[in-house]
Amino acid sequence: MLQAFLQNIINGLAQGSVYALVALGYTMVYGVLQFINFAHSDIFMLGAFSGFYLAKWLTPIVPNPLILLLATILGSMVFCVTVGLTIERIAYRPLRSAPRINVLITAIGVSLFLENLGQIIFGADPQVFPALIATKSILNTGGLVLNNIQVLVVLVSLVLMVVLHWIVHHTKLGTAMRAVSFDIEVANLMGIPTDTIIIFTFTIGSALAGAAAILYGLSYPKIEPLLGTMIGLKAFVAAVFGGIGNIMGAAVGGIVLGLAESFTVYYISSSFRDAIAFGILILILLFKPAGLFGTFRREKV
Amino acid sequence: MKIFKKSMLPIVALALFGLNYLLEDNVDGYVLRVIINCGIGMILAMSLNLINGCAGQFSLGHAGFMGVGAYVSALITTVLTLSPFFKTDLGVGCAILTGGIAAAIAGYLVGLPSLRLRGDYLAIVTLGFGEIIRICFLNFEQVGGARGLPGIPRVANFFWVYLWVVVTFVALLRLLRSSYGRAILSVRENEIAAESMGINIAHYKIVAFAISSFFAGIAGGLFAHFQSFIDPNSFVFNKSVEVVIMVVIGGMGSLSGAMLGGIIVTLLPELLRAFDNYRMVIFPLILIILMLVRPRGIFGHKEIWEFFRKKASS
Repeated sequence: MLQAFLQNIINGLAQGSVYALVALGYTMVYGVLQFINFAHSDIFMLGAFSGFYLAKWLTPIVPNPLILLLATILGSMVFCVTVGLTIERIAYRPLRSAPRINVLITAIGVSLFLENLGQIIFGADPQVFPALIATKSILNTGGLVLNNIQVLVVLVSLVLMVVLHWIVHHTKLGTAMRAVSFDIEVANLMGIPTDTIIIFTFTIGSALAGAAAILYGLSYPKIEPLLGTMIGLKAFVAAVFGGIGNIMGAAVGGIVLGLAESFTVYYISSSFRDAIAFGILILILLFKPAGLFGTFRREKV
Repeated sequence: MKIFKKSMLPIVALALFGLNYLLEDNVDGYVLRVIINCGIGMILAMSLNLINGCAGQFSLGHAGFMGVGAYVSALITTVLTLSPFFKTDLGVGCAILTGGIAAAIAGYLVGLPSLRLRGDYLAIVTLGFGEIIRICFLNFEQVGGARGLPGIPRVANFFWVYLWVVVTFVALLRLLRSSYGRAILSVRENEIAAESMGINIAHYKIVAFAISSFFAGIAGGLFAHFQSFIDPNSFVFNKSVEVVIMVVIGGMGSLSGAMLGGIIVTLLPELLRAFDNYRMVIFPLILIILMLVRPRGIFGHKEIWEFFRKKASS
């Protein structure tokens, strides 16, 4: 009983930290631009595939698995940032002053575009993500299994989140970001280069998605071009759960979602795995419409 | 301007009935399929237009309500085996109507709590409900689960689908011209102003939601009885997105625009078939370009005849 419970917590934490990393990208873009960046899930997918090809290319060259892993993660992050910034420049920036629904539709369009392009380039069949480091069980007592990949996933996510927290709360850039997310027009009047800040936000979000994609590939080594859809939706749910626009909320939301899923699969049924995320979402929105840590701004005339 | 008089309904029905035979005899089966799919698309687009275009709410769960209509009507005609009556044209018609009513009830139940939210939050909650409805179908073995539900009588032909297109169009047009419709429009324009004018916003939002779900359910029922097979994959999130795209392309708030959007979104992938795999890449590109170039959709808020009338009077 207790073992199963602890095992679920371990699995949930590993899964949840991937959700959290993706959720951070959603929540940051939403905080600054107030729209759901549907293409974010496909940036995640592209990150997984870029890592896949990069790892295949690097494996014969780089003998050290740790350096290989770091190089893959960094390469995937750089690739995701490139894609994210290109999307921002081409599709979102011209719509800066357009109604939000148009930006939303454009985001959906970009997402569909990337998904279908992915199916043409990578093929619709699932690919096996290379095992960059061999799976070793660190702890194996009385049915409780903890392997090095799970520890790695949680650790890397934790480090990235701490770095993000430091950037947002202790640098000038972060202060500017928070100002833009508070009120973009006033921030502009105060001399903050809003476009630069938005680019910076997309950079961070996409980089986190790239890192998350590699971590995901390590723990679930089956990747396909539609991989982003469900993870994206769930990460988004996590972001809303924590209060969208709130960075701590996204991290907590991701972890909670991962745990909830892991427990649902174990105690109820694996077929309700996807429903639980949305169930949680609906409950939280009904009882706390702004999310766990969100603040609700009342609309005025 | 009174577009449609009650006395015209039998004439239209007769014309559609004649057209049905004409098409079935002279048109290639593939073309007829596409035409019928356009009709179903039009009903979906017009119904979603009531929420997204007229009431100004943003729903991303339309496929869920379509699924409710499809499954409930197919349940009546296939699984329950109530009586042979439900295999006939009229019986299937009743089943589809029941499906629509079930979808309306589902829409009412979903709308009741979620319409307190606005904007993006509403979009996410409707998305969540749509997915939950689909996952429920996936887990009910009685309706085939993931394997889907085969053997549904193929009754919905050109006549039935386009009769419903006409009914939907007229019903929604008349609704929008009534005081009820004006109230729904006022919710879109400015909620706070509407509320201060004594309009019960929540009530009108829920009514719009239920009516819209009803017609989505009808479209689902027609879809089920046209394809003769449904599975939960027919009602995924992407289907909802497709309907939203129809409404946005045509112009939010314009019924004729929604119809045009329904036709375009159904036709375009077929027309792009020559490009083979690349068509699903070209399609979203067209959408992005449209949003950049003509963000209000083809018709904007206006109906197609308003363009002609303006020219005539000025």
